[in-house]
Amino acid sequence: MITTVPVAVATAAPIIEVRGLSKRFVKRLDLAGRLAARLGSGAVEETVHAVDHVDLTLAKGEVVGLVGESGCGKSTLGRMIAGLLPATEGEILFKGQARASLDGEEARAARLAVQMIFQDPYASLNPRSRVEDIVGEAPLLHGLTTRKGASDYVDSMLTRVGLDPDFKRRYPHQFSGGQRSRIGIARALAVKPEFLVCDEAIAALDVSIQAQVINLFMDLRRDFNLTYLFISHDLGVVQHIADRIAVMYLGRIVEMAPTDELIAKGPNHPYARALLAEVPRLGREKRKFRPVKGEIPSPLNPPSGCHFHPRCPVAVARCSIEAPKLRVIASGRHSACHLND
Amino acid sequence: MSAAPTLEVDNLKTHFFTKAGVVKAVDGVSFHVNAGEILGLVGESGSGKSITGFSILGLIDPPGLIVSGAIRFKGEDLATLNEERLRSLRGNRISMIFQDPMMTLNPVLRIDTQMVETVLAHENIGRKAALERAREALALVGIPAPERRLVAYPHELSGGMRQRVAIAIAFINKPDLVIADEPTTALDVTIQAQILFEAQELCRKTGTAMVWITHDLAVIAALADRIAVMYAGRVVEAGTADEVIAHPLHPYTHGLLGSVPTRNQRGTRLTQIPGMTPSLLNLPDGCAFAARCPRVAQQCCEQQIPSQQILGRSVRCCKPLVAEAVA
Amino acid sequence: MSIAEAPIAAKPKAVVETPFRRFASEYLESRVAAFALGLMMVLIGLAVLAPWITPQNPYDLAQVDVLDSRLPPGTKSSGNYTHWLGTDGAGRDLLSAMIYGLRISLIVGVMSGLIAMIVGTAVGMTAAYTGGRVENLIMRIVDLQLSFPAILLALMLIAVLGKGIDKIIIALVTVQWAYYARTVRGTALVEARKEYVEAARCLGLSSPRILFKHILPNCIAPLIVVATVQTAHAIALEATLSFLGVGLPQTEPSLGLLISNGFEYMLSGKYWISFFPGLVLLVTIVAINLVGDQLRDVLNPRLKR
Repeated sequence: MITTVPVAVATAAPIIEVRGLSKRFVKRLDLAGRLAARLGSGAVEETVHAVDHVDLTLAKGEVVGLVGESGCGKSTLGRMIAGLLPATEGEILFKGQARASLDGEEARAARLAVQMIFQDPYASLNPRSRVEDIVGEAPLLHGLTTRKGASDYVDSMLTRVGLDPDFKRRYPHQFSGGQRSRIGIARALAVKPEFLVCDEAIAALDVSIQAQVINLFMDLRRDFNLTYLFISHDLGVVQHIADRIAVMYLGRIVEMAPTDELIAKGPNHPYARALLAEVPRLGREKRKFRPVKGEIPSPLNPPSGCHFHPRCPVAVARCSIEAPKLRVIASGRHSACHLND
Repeated sequence: MSAAPTLEVDNLKTHFFTKAGVVKAVDGVSFHVNAGEILGLVGESGSGKSITGFSILGLIDPPGLIVSGAIRFKGEDLATLNEERLRSLRGNRISMIFQDPMMTLNPVLRIDTQMVETVLAHENIGRKAALERAREALALVGIPAPERRLVAYPHELSGGMRQRVAIAIAFINKPDLVIADEPTTALDVTIQAQILFEAQELCRKTGTAMVWITHDLAVIAALADRIAVMYAGRVVEAGTADEVIAHPLHPYTHGLLGSVPTRNQRGTRLTQIPGMTPSLLNLPDGCAFAARCPRVAQQCCEQQIPSQQILGRSVRCCKPLVAEAVA
Repeated sequence: MSIAEAPIAAKPKAVVETPFRRFASEYLESRVAAFALGLMMVLIGLAVLAPWITPQNPYDLAQVDVLDSRLPPGTKSSGNYTHWLGTDGAGRDLLSAMIYGLRISLIVGVMSGLIAMIVGTAVGMTAAYTGGRVENLIMRIVDLQLSFPAILLALMLIAVLGKGIDKIIIALVTVQWAYYARTVRGTALVEARKEYVEAARCLGLSSPRILFKHILPNCIAPLIVVATVQTAHAIALEATLSFLGVGLPQTEPSLGLLISNGFEYMLSGKYWISFFPGLVLLVTIVAINLVGDQLRDVLNPRLKR
């Protein structure tokens, strides 16, 4: 639906395009449940609309930040783009071709081109593998290096992420959280990806280590012309490194805009406005908190119409009936709010 | 400050005697908090901030031990009290809020049962009165329809709600001091903002002193009156929040503030502190930050740096950034 | 091309500390468990060296004289050695018979444990990998298996299969495999959800490779705990079967059979014929259980470290 590319990266072709992507988790009733339903207990199949008809385009070389709170579906969306979760509906295009229709060599290349950096530096590395195997297993398997050249290949990867290659025979538990994050990045880089999905990749790290890893991401982007989908709940970090920001709420993208515009002119969508306002800042003046009232609704039972309307300070009648579509409101800016009409 | 501080920690040292050696988790920490004031205890992992909080409440188990120092709470030295006396203070005059609300809440008991238990453990006012207090405490932390929440079980509430209940339990006996150990780290930004707001209001209203332990500078900037920055078990800088954030004197504080993305121009490289925190088993002789400090000099590595008073603050550095601060 | 600043790392420990070395040092923290492990080593050593350390081979009919039967402990024998623990009803030196019996008991216990572990692991991993109806079916069979009392099942099987050491082992394997299957399936499911498995899938590694090189090594820990406890069970179960007379034949008696043989003499004061084999059986099982306990403690809180 939306394929406009931000002016800054106008000549770059889309590397990943997502159209109408949805993911629904259905908790089917088992035998006992179906019996109970027959007998009138009212037990129903529960469906979680984790991701609800999302359209997104990522141009080569850009960094798109995906922000939202828990339950908004950003992690699910990230995993679908990385190929780890099958979509319920919609399609993902890699360099213009539908990924599902690729097979054989092309499918493998498409798979390797999109890699993921995970959040938990402790659970994302196999505790029983040495670092050289963690980083070197996949490239060896896919023929990116020979058995003879594997050691040097692993060394070069580790050096690139700022780790001492002497430590490659160690096990993950002998490294700190920040170092493990780097090992995970080296592992992803080793298969020469073009696109990285960073799923809260720095959330579990200390602030000073976060700065190191953010700098590393920026360096790698420049050196390898990588494209990032940077998923985070930390707007401060996303603002710093992303070219464009997409805000999600309960499975839908509610606003998408270039970062500069978002900072300069402020967000359009009420939820995005609230999110931006809530971020604690280092300002010297004591801020008065004007918190958004209410709690994030359960994804099992989202509000009708616009998901945000129960908490929205400017909601009107139409908001509870009809779900707003993501529309272009200015050059490069999209927002899903009825008040824009 | 006319009255004596509610809490005064004086050169506290808590060490852990493990098989691998002595871990000096807290190694000479001093700070104070006055009534109605919020002190932000800021530090990254391994800085000893959580252990400081646990030491204050006497929650350190072997192989840990408070080896020296004083923790003066309204005159009484908590480090020397027996378990009986500590128990009468905990939950009553001093309470704690943990990062995970399920450390406070028992998953198999109803909320009202747990809150009433907290009240009755310290004051024999009868179940009805205790229940009324519980309801008031929930309303105080901004929980809508408190009667419904009272009869709920913890798993029926969302994360943010559970943390609010934990805060209510902490405030239910109107304590003089509350230690909060990263209570909002695991919560979403909008919920975090709400809770920060309510905590601030609560302290102003009830005159409770609060120590808010966190690694998130941004959170503390908006919330705290005073800040103490910890590194490798020691307080490296302490002062009013405005001043410490606007003009940090210690190179670590300066580096930490510089690491925050919003302090840097968008798209540029963040000023980063190279290296990692040293292992607490093997602290160097001199300043613990020397290996990573851009201003390191010979004298930094020779002996431990004492804390000095500069510009109305305490700083543990032999070359503090005074010039930048005064400029 | 600039590289992100290499951190001035606090170097990881000088020795390459393999997971095994770390585990070994944690295990040995408990003196009781270390002692139990030592005891097990001694018992295994005795069993292995049986032909060389026993004064008499109790199953060599030439060495055994029925006139020597039921001699109390300490009696001098017709050969040039002492019956330190006396003789049994057929004139066999009890000490020798016990060591040979220990050997049989251990062989049966360990063999059946090993085979059951292989079978159970294969079934459990299959269940975890396939999921859906197949997994359901497999796990219901496992549940069914586990709800049968072990003795009953073993008795039924032996009644069908007949006597003999291999039949016993088959029976014991059939009784035990389900524990392993259930443990492995549970662990495999947990590991399969962890991020390092997702990373492996993202990197294009094949499913069999992920199963065997990534998931299986991380399932070993709880398997070892189950294995030690189950081996103790197997030894006890075999002893029970032998005691009931449906286990091993007289020519290859295990400790259970020795106890059974001596039972008729208990009331006439010749206690030693049952007592000493019973004691050895008890010590063996307790030692294995203690080792299993410590293993469980060491391998569990690992998650928190």
